[in-house]
Amino acid sequence: MIDLFSAAGLSELVFLGIVIVTITGAVIATNSVRLIHSVTGLSICFIGVAGLYYYLNSPFVAMMEMLIYVGAVCVVIVFAVMLADPNPEQTAHKQNALAGAGAFLVGAMMFWGLSTLAYDTTWPSAAKTNNGSIMEIGKSLLTSCSMVFELISVVLLVAIIGSIIVARTGRESARRKE
Amino acid sequence: MEPLSDSIHIYLTIAALLFGMGFYGMLHRRTLIGMLISAELILSGASLNFMAFNKFLAPDPTVGQIFTLFIMGIAAAEAAIALSIIIAVYRNYRSIDTEDVTSLKG
Repeated sequence: MIDLFSAAGLSELVFLGIVIVTITGAVIATNSVRLIHSVTGLSICFIGVAGLYYYLNSPFVAMMEMLIYVGAVCVVIVFAVMLADPNPEQTAHKQNALAGAGAFLVGAMMFWGLSTLAYDTTWPSAAKTNNGSIMEIGKSLLTSCSMVFELISVVLLVAIIGSIIVARTGRESARRKE
Repeated sequence: MEPLSDSIHIYLTIAALLFGMGFYGMLHRRTLIGMLISAELILSGASLNFMAFNKFLAPDPTVGQIFTLFIMGIAAAEAAIALSIIIAVYRNYRSIDTEDVTSLKG
């Protein structure tokens, strides 16, 4: 058993806290009735996932998780919730009780299958060729992964232009309808 | 005893939990934004899996980190496009409930 009042014990305690934050956030994100609570739960979950990345030796990816998911994606979803104004009282009565139970069953079976697979497999470990620091990531992005790097910038450009066009075009016809 | 944060199983279990909860939310949510939130949970479960394999199994530990960064980029693009479609749907149907968007239903 690890001593609780040592550096390793404190690190374990923080790790357990991060795991609890992640799971709580995911529960709030999937089970709250109001969408704005759900978005808040999603951002709590992403903060926890960023902490897990920190424990996986990748502070850079943890920072990117905070920046992109908590800082950008969640804020964009909040904008959409404000623009689309969903009404939970109106949608609640259509919920079929059997559909909820079936969805829970499917999700639980997914979780059970994947986690038993993780525990039953013996994972082979390999010798590391580098230490995975930010410098190595940068080198890899500009040499072996440079093509993917260029492609994803094109994908992001097309996505931004496409979303502007999709969100703009309906505006005139919708105004005429009113 | 091996510390908990140093075994691959706990990370894979959390990733499976995020994936399963995202799947559950995807099936039982009735609004399009709720389904988008569940899709983000599924994607973060997948990237957590990649990062766990990257730390414990991969010989080159930059590959998994770069893959996770690309998943983040794709997820951001996906969120932007999905939200613009949701706003267009809301403008035409005055609702983001999946049951109301039934123009093509026979």
